[in-house]
Amino acid sequence: MVSLESFGLVGDAGAVSTTTTPLAEVAASNSTLRAFLHGLPGVDRVGADARAAMLGTRSIKTTSKKQAIDLAIRMVDLTTLEGADTPGKVKAMCAKAIHPDPTDLSVPSVAAVCVYPDLVATAVQALGGSGVKVASVATAFPSGRSSLEVKVADTALAVADGASEIDMVIDRGAFLSGDYLKVFEQIAAVKAACGSAHLKVILETGELSTYDNVRRASWLAMIAGADFIKTSTGKVSPAATLPVTLVMLEAVRDFLRTAGRKVGVKPAGGIRTTKDAIKYLVLVNETAGPDWIDPDWFRLGASSLVNDLLMQRQKMATGRYAGPDYFTLD
Amino acid sequence: MSERLAVRKTYKLFIGGAFPRSESGRSYVVSSSKGEFLANASKASRKDAREAVAAARKAFPGWSAATAYNRGQILYRVAEMLEGRRSQFVAELVDADGVGVRKAGELVDAAVDRLVWYAGWSDKIGAIRGSANPVAGPYFNLSSTEPTGVVAVVAPEAGPLLGLVSVIAPVIVTGNTCVVVASERAPLPSITLAEVLATSDLPGGVVNILTGSAAEIAPWLAGHMDVNAIDLTGADGELAVTCEEAAAENLKRVLRPPAAKVDWLADPGTERMTAFLETKTVWHPIGT
Amino acid sequence: MFEYAPAPESRAIVDIKPSYGLFINGEWVEPLGEGREKTVNPASEEVLAEIAVASEADVDRAVQAARKAFTGWSAMPGSERAKYIFRIARIIQERARELAVLESLDNGKPIRESRDVDLPLVAAHFFYYAGWADKLSYAGFGPSPQPLGVAGQIIPWNFPLLMLAWKIAPALACGNTVVLKPAETTPLTALAFAEICRQADLPPGVVNIVTGAGETGGALVRHPDVDKVAFTGSTEVGRLIARSVAGSRKKVTLELGGKAANIVFEDAALDQAVEGIVNGIFFNQGHVCCAGSRLLVQESVADELLEALKRRLSTLRLGDPLDKNTDIGAINSAAQLAKIRELSEAGEAEGAERWSPACPIPDKGFWFPPTIFTGVAQSHRIAREEIFGPVLSVLTFRTPAEAIEKANNTPYGLSAGVWTEKGSLMLWMASRLRAGVVWSNTFNKFDPTSPFGGYKESGYGREGGRHGLEAYLAL
Repeated sequence: MVSLESFGLVGDAGAVSTTTTPLAEVAASNSTLRAFLHGLPGVDRVGADARAAMLGTRSIKTTSKKQAIDLAIRMVDLTTLEGADTPGKVKAMCAKAIHPDPTDLSVPSVAAVCVYPDLVATAVQALGGSGVKVASVATAFPSGRSSLEVKVADTALAVADGASEIDMVIDRGAFLSGDYLKVFEQIAAVKAACGSAHLKVILETGELSTYDNVRRASWLAMIAGADFIKTSTGKVSPAATLPVTLVMLEAVRDFLRTAGRKVGVKPAGGIRTTKDAIKYLVLVNETAGPDWIDPDWFRLGASSLVNDLLMQRQKMATGRYAGPDYFTLD
Repeated sequence: MSERLAVRKTYKLFIGGAFPRSESGRSYVVSSSKGEFLANASKASRKDAREAVAAARKAFPGWSAATAYNRGQILYRVAEMLEGRRSQFVAELVDADGVGVRKAGELVDAAVDRLVWYAGWSDKIGAIRGSANPVAGPYFNLSSTEPTGVVAVVAPEAGPLLGLVSVIAPVIVTGNTCVVVASERAPLPSITLAEVLATSDLPGGVVNILTGSAAEIAPWLAGHMDVNAIDLTGADGELAVTCEEAAAENLKRVLRPPAAKVDWLADPGTERMTAFLETKTVWHPIGT
Repeated sequence: MFEYAPAPESRAIVDIKPSYGLFINGEWVEPLGEGREKTVNPASEEVLAEIAVASEADVDRAVQAARKAFTGWSAMPGSERAKYIFRIARIIQERARELAVLESLDNGKPIRESRDVDLPLVAAHFFYYAGWADKLSYAGFGPSPQPLGVAGQIIPWNFPLLMLAWKIAPALACGNTVVLKPAETTPLTALAFAEICRQADLPPGVVNIVTGAGETGGALVRHPDVDKVAFTGSTEVGRLIARSVAGSRKKVTLELGGKAANIVFEDAALDQAVEGIVNGIFFNQGHVCCAGSRLLVQESVADELLEALKRRLSTLRLGDPLDKNTDIGAINSAAQLAKIRELSEAGEAEGAERWSPACPIPDKGFWFPPTIFTGVAQSHRIAREEIFGPVLSVLTFRTPAEAIEKANNTPYGLSAGVWTEKGSLMLWMASRLRAGVVWSNTFNKFDPTSPFGGYKESGYGREGGRHGLEAYLAL
């Protein structure tokens, strides 16, 4: 394996602060980036799938299930990314984000709402001082097919309107054609445009196809400054899967160890049930570790998931199975 | 004018491609079926057996790693060399076995043909004994044959050439090396066969031939911890049991003496090859 | 923090009788001898049941029953035999949860493994060999291969029901009848299997189960009317069996001990290698003859790999075998625990460095924490002897040739693992490892279609696949 040391990323073990300047050395050229990314250990698909499947058999019951449900609610980025989105739709979703179950105020708020840039202002206003953050997709979401200028402008618009988190997409075409430097430079430019907003970099793993690519793209995004790495736009199938998330969790774990900076992970798309959500929590717990079990470091990009979590929560409280008519559809 | 005095051959052992006398300095009288003196054969000791095992072990990595094609070619070459010495073997069989010239000729021809038959197996036994296994999961799974290692062979007393060839060829064609205890009563064809082997591109040590007393030597081979298998075809009742018991010490593969008298002219089947083959199964994930 | 609450599988699903007789000729019979033994739950030391110790006379009764049944069973059309075996497979699937719980109770293995590994493989094994029963003439053993007769089968305690399946399924498919002796510490699933034979209406005497320890096994091996001996267990006992059948016409297959090398190259997929190492040595508490008990790691990645491995070990959950989240269950018996302790102490005494994660150990029962020894030399006992427990010995190498040399430097030859992303190196290694099973970029995978068995002192004969038929046919 090529270590970060050989690229001057880390001075000596534990000397976290030395990591900033030499990043440029890995990204000095496309060939240095390529050498670094292709020097990462490979990922065996069958082994990764088996590990994820095994963790999926963990049985989370009683008190730990209650705890997990509330954790999962607090980690949700409640999302609407439709062409048909309107201010009214976004306002309603924001209300749900603050009080997912208006009949039970012990239910925590979700982490954030996630909307298109032009609806950021609406969301910011609707959420007020609730503590729920506003995330916006940007950079010609979901395809990412535009110029860097447009992507930066897209980002700047969302930030200017008050988004505290930006979910950008990488240029998968550039990545798959081996132009890692182009991907790096776009992420770095968008990161600069974010200012103090957190940057989530969407890898669109469904288009990257292999787990080796997922690992490389994860590292590329982190080296370029990502605060979070995110699986999917939700517009491509497959979206988030357990093994892909496993590979990304391994990447953030190893990145912290070698580069000294902690990065968050966000699987998005296809997570619909409490059972799914709990499997992701188990995956985080046993891969990156308990330090990532926090909305600051792990998010679930989802929409319908929240109602299933609420139904399960109610079932645990009442002992009865819940019905969908009792939960709002916003 | 008197008849020319013949130059007789000294029959020695065959170890590591060389023809040493027994380290013990012992020999024993070999007589014809009519009781006439034929030669003094070397009487191998346990130390000769030990040397032979060392030679066989040394030869194993190279011989087992040789291509099947190469091993087949070499066995075929052995057949060619044997054919070329046909008259010599006929004469030896007439002396040793008391068979007529015609019968002896048939036996030599059968020995040649047996070698040709086994030569052809070198690159086919793996195909009939191996398999691609359809496991229930994303894995490529393949079983293939590999030679067991060093095989001790107690050659049959009867059939000093055809029987001998019929026990050696199936052991070595698959990549094993061997130490053979030749027929005690009729050992001379085995040493002449060694001369054939020595001139057939067969690497030294692949076949080692000891003459002498099976009862004396075979138990040492059976108990030797660097021998992986033993063919007891030529061991009679008591000796076979002793050897099988000794072989248990390192879990040698044991080919027991046949239950009934063997017709060496019959179709030998594959059992003598498969008795000294291991099956190795390799798994590998299938994924992107 | 995110703690997992206990998630125990219900044991109400199993019905354990206070005492068991012997299963001979389709009936439960009382043993002729007085001998009784207790089988305990190794996780709690609670007595589960009393079992009979079959005497020589009991073994004789069972062999006679099997001999009597052989006439009809071997003459039955293969297609009919197949249907009986298919029936057995189906009943096992129907009762899988019950059998899994029973296995975990008696053996101590985590329910996750008995449920997700043992039982599915047991059913699959019967399904696989059922299909062979009427196709034997196509198996490559001649036009009309014949059964051997009565098979005496002795199985170990590490995979009680799975080893039963490996033995009984091919024997029955080939037309043999069976006397099987389960291990004395884990007889319960074999006794439950006797009930399954009854539910399947299997003709009486085709399968006979006799319980007991070494003496019972010895009587079975020595019985003059046994035509075939199949044994899985220690090399030590395998040697005794090989010796005791000398001079007979009994056909023997032995699946014995191992000291497998699990070899990790610097270019390996390290995260999966770590999983493979964990699965290799901590699966079933390391009570696995093919366990990857020697980790050979290339020096250039040794530190990185060991750090990752230790981190991973810290997530292993040891405890109640019936808890669905348990990764490491109980050691099967006090005797086995003593052996693991003794060898681990020898490892320390010989200078290897011992490490275990922080791991609370229950008060009752037999437990051993997952343990790694680093700085191990080839000469150390823990690098040579089979520990049969959750103890990994770590050695390093520099070149592929050195890895092969160290891996093969053992009297055993059951299995090996190779981790590299380079295909040609993998195949080079696979062809040079003297072992019957080579797992490359995976470990401890089993399948009824895949032949399993060892080189050298790991035994002879193969179980599984077409190869597995040979052990039960007269050729």
